[in-house]
Amino acid sequence: MNTTLKPWMAAILAGWAMCNAVPAQAALKVLACEPEWGALAQALGGDLVEVAVATTALQDPHQIQAKPSLIARARNAELVVCTGAELEIGWLPVLLQQSGNPRIQPGQPGHFMAADSVHKLDVPTQLDRSQGDVHAAGNPHIQTDPRNIAAVAVALGRRLQQVDAPHAAQYAQRQAEFSARLQQAMQGWAAKAAPLKGMAVVSQHKAFVYLYDWLGLKEVAVLEPKPGVEPSAAYLQQVLTGLKSAAPRMVIHAAYQDAKPSEWLSRQAHLPVVKLPFTVGGNETAKDLFGLFDDTVARLLAAGAAP
Amino acid sequence: MRTLFLAGVALAMVAPVLAAADQSAPPPSTTAGPSNSFNPQISLILSGGYTRTSKDPATWALAGVPMPAEGEAGPGSRGFNLGESELGLSANIDPWWRGAASIALHGDDAVSVEEAYVQTTALGRGLSLKAGRFLSGVGYLNERHAHTWDFADNPLIYQGLLGTQYGDDGLQLRWLAPTDRYLEFGAELARGRGFPGTDDSRNGAGMGSVFVHTGDDVGASHSWRAGVSLLQAKAGDQALLLADSDASLAFTGRTRVWILDGVWKWAPQGNASRTSFKLQGEWMQATREGSMSLDSGGAVQAAPYRVTQRGWYLQGIYQFMPGWRAGLRTEALEPGAPGYGQNAALLPEAGGKPRKHTLVLDYKASEFSLLRLQWAQDHSRAGAADQQLQLQYQMSLGAHGAHSF
Repeated sequence: MNTTLKPWMAAILAGWAMCNAVPAQAALKVLACEPEWGALAQALGGDLVEVAVATTALQDPHQIQAKPSLIARARNAELVVCTGAELEIGWLPVLLQQSGNPRIQPGQPGHFMAADSVHKLDVPTQLDRSQGDVHAAGNPHIQTDPRNIAAVAVALGRRLQQVDAPHAAQYAQRQAEFSARLQQAMQGWAAKAAPLKGMAVVSQHKAFVYLYDWLGLKEVAVLEPKPGVEPSAAYLQQVLTGLKSAAPRMVIHAAYQDAKPSEWLSRQAHLPVVKLPFTVGGNETAKDLFGLFDDTVARLLAAGAAP
Repeated sequence: MRTLFLAGVALAMVAPVLAAADQSAPPPSTTAGPSNSFNPQISLILSGGYTRTSKDPATWALAGVPMPAEGEAGPGSRGFNLGESELGLSANIDPWWRGAASIALHGDDAVSVEEAYVQTTALGRGLSLKAGRFLSGVGYLNERHAHTWDFADNPLIYQGLLGTQYGDDGLQLRWLAPTDRYLEFGAELARGRGFPGTDDSRNGAGMGSVFVHTGDDVGASHSWRAGVSLLQAKAGDQALLLADSDASLAFTGRTRVWILDGVWKWAPQGNASRTSFKLQGEWMQATREGSMSLDSGGAVQAAPYRVTQRGWYLQGIYQFMPGWRAGLRTEALEPGAPGYGQNAALLPEAGGKPRKHTLVLDYKASEFSLLRLQWAQDHSRAGAADQQLQLQYQMSLGAHGAHSF
């Protein structure tokens, strides 16, 4: 039998030797788990980085599979930039294990988790699956607040300098420029969004706590009975009954979600439905991080102004 | 000797990398994910159900296919039954190794070690080496634990040609090519402890396998994976039983199994939370060559034996609304024309070609619980079909499992 095995083994070893000889690519290969981190890495790295994004704004980041294409990207990546806080727990560990790439393993400089740099909300006091798909580290949808983006930008800038040390000065400069631009834009968004303060809203999934925290919106109900659990008709009816006194102004869902529960509530309670891009690429205007918040604030204002 | 050489090559590759990694500066610490707050991660799969069959499962066999005398093949026991409870533990051992074990507690109170292996994490260049007991990487379904299958049971080709699922004690080397398209090569050398091999006392390897898998996306909505595998195992005095015969057979020789596998998945814009479709199929050919001895109460006679068995399955699973999936599997096995030599007269005539059709409906209230209803029309035995109805639950507690493609 070993007569069959040996040529194969030889081929594998020869291929391995060959790939040792290939010089490293000029651009730093970054694999971002979600589009917002892809956009941020691109903004901070410019042409020094080559960014691949594992998911799109139309996909549920909880429910991705470790597809062959993603394993191939992970194998070649020099830096992975993900949310962390268990958002990718269903697929990132498999990607890392199957990648055969030690640079991006947990604890290595090539393993960057954005949620590590921000203060997390909704940290459960009780960890029990009877509460649905709760994340022990807190709510992972941190990208809906630009203040979080600002904090992650600083940390990611430092990490890029560490991973690609020869270009450290360029990364530092790009990060300073990005942060200044973001600070300025944030002032504009905050001023524009002032009328939203204190407004009561309903969300379909607990995906916007950071956005509400930033703009002062008040979440009076969530359509999912437990995180990640599809609402039943009876449950929606119950939510509707409970809403009478709260007087919400809109119902909000993310672009990747099925709009049916939100639309049902909209019809019953005569509320506008707001489909937020949620991340970069969630709609045509949200082309980059600035577009994402421009569009988010504009959509909330439009719905809030409705009679 | 060759086994020793290959093991030496593997070791020679591991050692310098480990030494190099040792000298590098300690990496900066990042906050560990809370899934690591348990060290190791522990999970327990609970399963059980109810089975109703029109024929007695004790008489289950694959017509024309000599099956291992002690095996798990078949629909299992009738009535209420406890399935396999699978205890899984895994963790990083140190910066260079990861370990995982999966212990199966069977309904009949037996315990078995499904997997218990260590795996390198720091070899780099797309290489990883596994040592210990593991499920072989051949084919598509072989590596997947029972609780991740889309049906309650394995296809007939796995039951008949690979002893339900091929796991072994040995070494596995995988190499992921540095290409944009997923391209993975693997090779294994192992003891050969299970069917189609036998656990004999030998210094060399009783099983060797090689496999290659490739895959990619087509647009945002489609992705696929396909592969070719070859597994070879040695058997010595392997006790076998044949349907409709009381004779005990014993096979000594070599088995070579070729597997072609393919899986294609679709979800609108790659978002599988509402609807998705998965098409999966494998083709398998086993060639067994050696001698077969037959004990029918009289004199034991050995005769040269050679057979080529072929089979396939094709299955589609459609998620039609969140949590709900329906699927169909159709499969067939060609037992081939075994040459039993002078023993042929003592054995029954080949009785048809095993085939089976299975319908499944499952419901997941969450990622952690699954309820399944399965109905199969099983023509594995000659004569009328066995109507098999299975109701099953499969739940997991503990660490959140990550899903392979």
